Amino acid sequence: MAELITYRDAVARGLAQEMRRDPSVHFLGEDVAAAGGVFKATKGLLEEFGPQRVRDTPISEEAILGAAMGAAMTGLKPVAEIMFSDFLATCWDLVAVEIPKTRYMTDGQVTMPLVIRTANGGGLRFGAQHSQAVENWAMAIPGLKVVAPSNPKDVIGLLAAAIRDPDPVLFFEQKSLYPSKGEVPDGEIVDELGVATTIRSGSDVTIVALASMVPRAVDAAEELEGIGISAEVIDLRCLVPLDTATVIESVKRTSRLVTVEENPRLCGWGAEIVSIVGEECFWHLDGPLTRVTTPHIPLPSADALEDEFLPSVDRIVEAVQKVVQ
Amino acid sequence: MVDDVTPAGSGQVDPASLLPPEEPVHLLDPDGTLHEDPEYPVGLDDEALVELHRTMIVTRRIDREAINLQRQGQLGVYASCLGQEAAQVASAWALQDEDWIFPSYRELGAAIVRDVDPADLLHLFRGTWLSDHDPYEHRFALLSIPIGTQALHATGFAMGARLDGNPIVTVVYFGDGGTSEGDPHEAMTFAGVMRSPVVFFVQNNQYAISVPLSKQTAAPTLAHKAVGYGLPGYRCDGNDPLATYAVTRRAVERARAGHGPALIEALTYRMEAHTTSDDASRYRSDEELEAAALTDPIARLRNHLRRRDLLDDAMEQRFEEEAAERAQAVRDAIYDAPHGDPLELFDHVYVAPRADMAAQRDELRAELARRADDDGGAA
Repeated sequence: MAELITYRDAVARGLAQEMRRDPSVHFLGEDVAAAGGVFKATKGLLEEFGPQRVRDTPISEEAILGAAMGAAMTGLKPVAEIMFSDFLATCWDLVAVEIPKTRYMTDGQVTMPLVIRTANGGGLRFGAQHSQAVENWAMAIPGLKVVAPSNPKDVIGLLAAAIRDPDPVLFFEQKSLYPSKGEVPDGEIVDELGVATTIRSGSDVTIVALASMVPRAVDAAEELEGIGISAEVIDLRCLVPLDTATVIESVKRTSRLVTVEENPRLCGWGAEIVSIVGEECFWHLDGPLTRVTTPHIPLPSADALEDEFLPSVDRIVEAVQKVVQ
Repeated sequence: MVDDVTPAGSGQVDPASLLPPEEPVHLLDPDGTLHEDPEYPVGLDDEALVELHRTMIVTRRIDREAINLQRQGQLGVYASCLGQEAAQVASAWALQDEDWIFPSYRELGAAIVRDVDPADLLHLFRGTWLSDHDPYEHRFALLSIPIGTQALHATGFAMGARLDGNPIVTVVYFGDGGTSEGDPHEAMTFAGVMRSPVVFFVQNNQYAISVPLSKQTAAPTLAHKAVGYGLPGYRCDGNDPLATYAVTRRAVERARAGHGPALIEALTYRMEAHTTSDDASRYRSDEELEAAALTDPIARLRNHLRRRDLLDDAMEQRFEEEAAERAQAVRDAIYDAPHGDPLELFDHVYVAPRADMAAQRDELRAELARRADDDGGAA
């Protein structure tokens, strides 16, 4: 049996699945309990697990992550929510300097089994300071794992894997995907971090995408099929660990690569993929390695403008055509 | 057990009850005269007083050894706790064994109370290897090099322990400069609302590197900052080991009983430069240092013990010899200590190393092997 649920509800289901299974999983953040989250992604958790395990906090992002870090040292598995991924900047010291360094600096004696969930990316007209896609920031930090699911089933399975993982995981939920729906099987879902999925097979070009760019890449691949171009679409799902094997194997077959990311152009994750493929697949290539990104500017809040800036299906189709011709 | 979920809320506490006393708590004069205060009972027996004294002597001697090691090129840098022995040793003395300490980089004295091998800490400053002590064995967290961040970790640890029904208290050490960072602010906000059993222990050693307290804050005292978070503010003479002990114990036991966090400002003085990389003569006078030396914490307890015939020449000599032996052991462990295997640096970034890291490690291994071959060829 399977049911059709939203990406939003998948978050609550994934958290509830793990909180039922493991009493050491605790959840804290701003407006996460009584309000059920500003994106309503954590509805029902307070009612089921009570105010000790589902905790509303003051507006203190440093303290949310600092407390999660300290609690993780006691053996708990905290899940901390940072409401918008833009706010990671207010507590970046914890994300980049404290949490991911602790295991290393204690010679492996202190582990950090925690998850930071955050709503990431554009598409909801929140403007320059509440719409950034910042998964590439996190990717640059050794010691973190970085996950960004594209569909409800992956939300549950990867969230479960993140919570069970002994290392700190940054879990990026793409906020434009919250209302999207997908089939989810009944029962417990546990996925694996660091495994990309090939969601569409093709022979002319490999399109690598993440999170909100995955459905757009699929739409583009369908359009391309209509004009005789066979595109393979890979959903990376995790940036760290990065499943380079799946990407390399695919590009060696198709001989062409287009990455599609929401990150602004400079140092977006696509650059890393392009770099790896350039090194590993150079002699198999029949076209320029190409990135489709958001331009390197802050996102506008006006709907039409935002839509123009984020990578669109049309832009992906055009990029692929250029690579394949 | 006090419910730690219901917010303490505003308006439920009489603000006057949170205010620090006008004068810092002071029990022991520089000449060793004790002024007992029924509000802050010391309750240490004679043996414990002597032990406290002995631990401060060991701290000072090893601190000196660390400075020497740095001067001889054996440590990259070292932050001395000279003059702050009472603030550290006596406060750590007020904890129970299971309580956790979250130190800054200057807390040698507190580490020694916790039986952390000082050499294990100094490896971090040598860069031999990373911090070597086991935090769980000593209930002594990693030295926090960034300023004030450990206030957050202590708060979360206290929350976690509380959820486990574990009746411990966490004590976090930071400095006067640290009170200007955002982290302690958010930590005290959090701990206040959650009633977490945390004691925020500020060693006001008067300087943040070169910046004096007068340029650090416009607050009447650092202890007054507590009121804004709904915490009681305590203030003690941090060069008075007995006052420091009594005040810390009171705050710790109050927290353990479920009455929530507290802030202590211990007034002390950093007799050395900020670190061995700093030249304090650029920003403070010899006269100021001479005046500060008159409030020395070790001389004070020594005078007290001598007055009460709890200490004699033979004991003093023995303590000095023991301290010198321990310093020698630290020197032996640190001097020319070899660096770890570079390949091991990949081991503890993640619990299970990532696949791409294994490839990077292999690359480094091959490079190291080539270099070793080249060196071998040249020799």
